[in-house]
Amino acid sequence: MEELKLIVTPSPHIRDDDSTQSIMFNVLVALLPVFAAAVYFYRLDALRLVILSAGAAVATEVTFQRVRQKPLTIWDGSALVTGVLLGLIVPPSLPSWMMVLGSVFAIAIGKQVFGGLGYNPFNPALVGRAFLTASFALAMTVWHSPFDAVSSATPLALGAARSNIPDLFFGSVAGSIGETSALAILLGGIYLFYKGTLDYRIPLGIFAAVVAVSILTGQDPVFHLLSGSLLFGAIFMATDLVTSPVTNWGRWIFGAGIGFIIMLIRIWGSYPEGVTFAILLMNAATPLLNRWTRPRIYGQGVKANE
Amino acid sequence: MIGRTFPRGGGEIPHRKEATENKSIVVFGAPPEVVIPLKQHIGACCEPAVAVGDHVKMGQPIGEARQFVCTPVHASVSGEVIAVEERPLPDGGKSPAVVIKNDGNDQLYKEYKPRDYEEMSPEEIRRAVKEAGIVGMGGAGFPTHIKLDPPTVIDTVLINGAECEPYLTCDHRLMLERAPEMVEGLLAMIKASGAETGIICIEANKLDAVEVVRQAISGHDNLSVEVLQVRYPQGAEKQLIKAVLNREVPSGCLPCETCCIVQNVHTAIAVSEALKGKPSFERVVTVSGGAVLDPRNVLVRIGTPIEDLFNFCGGLIGEPAAIVAGGPMTGPPVAELGGPVIKCSSGFLALRENEVGFDQNRPCLRCSRCVEVCPMGLTPNLLGELSSKGYYRKAEQLGLLDCIECGLCSYTCPSKRSLVTWIKDGKAGLAKEKAS
Repeated sequence: MEELKLIVTPSPHIRDDDSTQSIMFNVLVALLPVFAAAVYFYRLDALRLVILSAGAAVATEVTFQRVRQKPLTIWDGSALVTGVLLGLIVPPSLPSWMMVLGSVFAIAIGKQVFGGLGYNPFNPALVGRAFLTASFALAMTVWHSPFDAVSSATPLALGAARSNIPDLFFGSVAGSIGETSALAILLGGIYLFYKGTLDYRIPLGIFAAVVAVSILTGQDPVFHLLSGSLLFGAIFMATDLVTSPVTNWGRWIFGAGIGFIIMLIRIWGSYPEGVTFAILLMNAATPLLNRWTRPRIYGQGVKANE
Repeated sequence: MIGRTFPRGGGEIPHRKEATENKSIVVFGAPPEVVIPLKQHIGACCEPAVAVGDHVKMGQPIGEARQFVCTPVHASVSGEVIAVEERPLPDGGKSPAVVIKNDGNDQLYKEYKPRDYEEMSPEEIRRAVKEAGIVGMGGAGFPTHIKLDPPTVIDTVLINGAECEPYLTCDHRLMLERAPEMVEGLLAMIKASGAETGIICIEANKLDAVEVVRQAISGHDNLSVEVLQVRYPQGAEKQLIKAVLNREVPSGCLPCETCCIVQNVHTAIAVSEALKGKPSFERVVTVSGGAVLDPRNVLVRIGTPIEDLFNFCGGLIGEPAAIVAGGPMTGPPVAELGGPVIKCSSGFLALRENEVGFDQNRPCLRCSRCVEVCPMGLTPNLLGELSSKGYYRKAEQLGLLDCIECGLCSYTCPSKRSLVTWIKDGKAGLAKEKAS
């Protein structure tokens, strides 16, 4: 037998088909219905914001990695996902330069300064949104109804009594471009769950806490679930792999904590909406939750036979 | 899903057993030359009992066990000893080995004499097992006679027919073709270990074997068959015990602490052969993988060079990317085709590039897939990170030594990180640190 060139690597010699790239691709596919709804409701503004945000995010990642002379990893798709996510959670009238600035900040400060993918403690897209909200409070809170440019209050500002649940479900209300249609978001969520990329514990934890606090404080739970950034945050933001806990119990607590903080801010805070800050706060608690909720190791705490 | 399983972790992996599961075992005969390592088991190496120039007969002991954890090795052909020297093992290690030039006569050292285990005492059975040089043939290679004489009271002997590794089908074929021998070996082991019952555990992807084994045990009230869910690593000892008996092996302890012992299908058959005086010098090996022309299960003499085995199966086609000894999840890579088949070789796989996957070590996404699949309840992402950076003591606190090295964390990682490799290195590093 002639000389063989064998690859000698340790076991396992076979690997699952899923990769970082395929996971990110799944998220992008799941965002398609949301993107479609955004374009349907907000037309060119939606296209403009998502494309600018995505482009700026990828460009920032490339720049950072070139300057630091690190291998280029934009093909893993994570920067693109961050960019698209951020583009979908801003008001339709946000000026282009602000969109670009927010996206650059999200990748640069939210992700790359920590060492890139996998090392960032906070969800980069939400870091971008928090930055925009803090810097351009006015531009980030100018809302207008779909289909026209007349400014209008969001359902959360109006309150449950003046909102229509079917409108909230289908999305024809004022809000961030990708966050108004509950239907589109749920479609994406179901797809991600089917693909095994989405852990149901985090969204369910959020929903459970929101419903519980709503009922305890005499508010309409359905209104709270469907309004604002809640659904989008619960399905696409809180479930960010890097910044959420790895244990099952950690995920329940993480989700419940987010839901609880959202309701605190909505009911007693000075902002009408609190999803961004609730998720960022619980991101900070993730390492602690991981430590507290480690699974029981097989065979530990079991007595040997005498 | 039919069948019992273990409660935590685990996952579905490809089976890839189609190539060999429906083919009867074929006999390889004997190669012109065999290389028989003196260390084919866990424990001490044997002392050579023959010298260059000696004529040996088939089944003659050529390595003596002088230590407690050790077991003899036997000539697998008759012929002349042409060398006693260091030779490579299939897993990349080295061992002193006896090289025998086959004279083609297959002259027996001792004629086989059928013996009824019921007339033998437990000590006699154990002695027969020890003299036959039987080791765990599922891959671990622990001397069987020691396992049959545990320090604790044993109530159950489990036969591990899970065969949860992809590609491997030798246990499956043996259950189909030699179930009565397996049952006899099991009954002998029950007697030797003082147990009461025996359970044959088979994964649900081998229902034909379940049928055959059920027939083979009829008439024995203390034996039963347990069908297990197809889930990796169902055949790992600790997971098997949990699934079948709902007992948990305490951390750092041997399975006998849960009053049971687990033996492989092939080991049970070898025990039944030992009763009539046939030593462990041949075994059935699965030869498979996309780069093998004619994949099959082969009854082969211990010491047969791997290259001869592949040639018997039509040779290699195309360029194999990797050759593996055992299953692809836990088997070591084969670097040299000159190494021999040993007692615990369950298979040899020649895999094509499209069948194998490699480490890429992209950044950890903390996606938690490794945590979800770990059958031991560990956090492999953390253990791997700590081990790779040398924090062995910290990793030990998080259960480093509880890892059973099933490889499922590395398999499932979307960033293709070398999790189980780091953990293995961490165990070695910890041992070194403790020794100094």
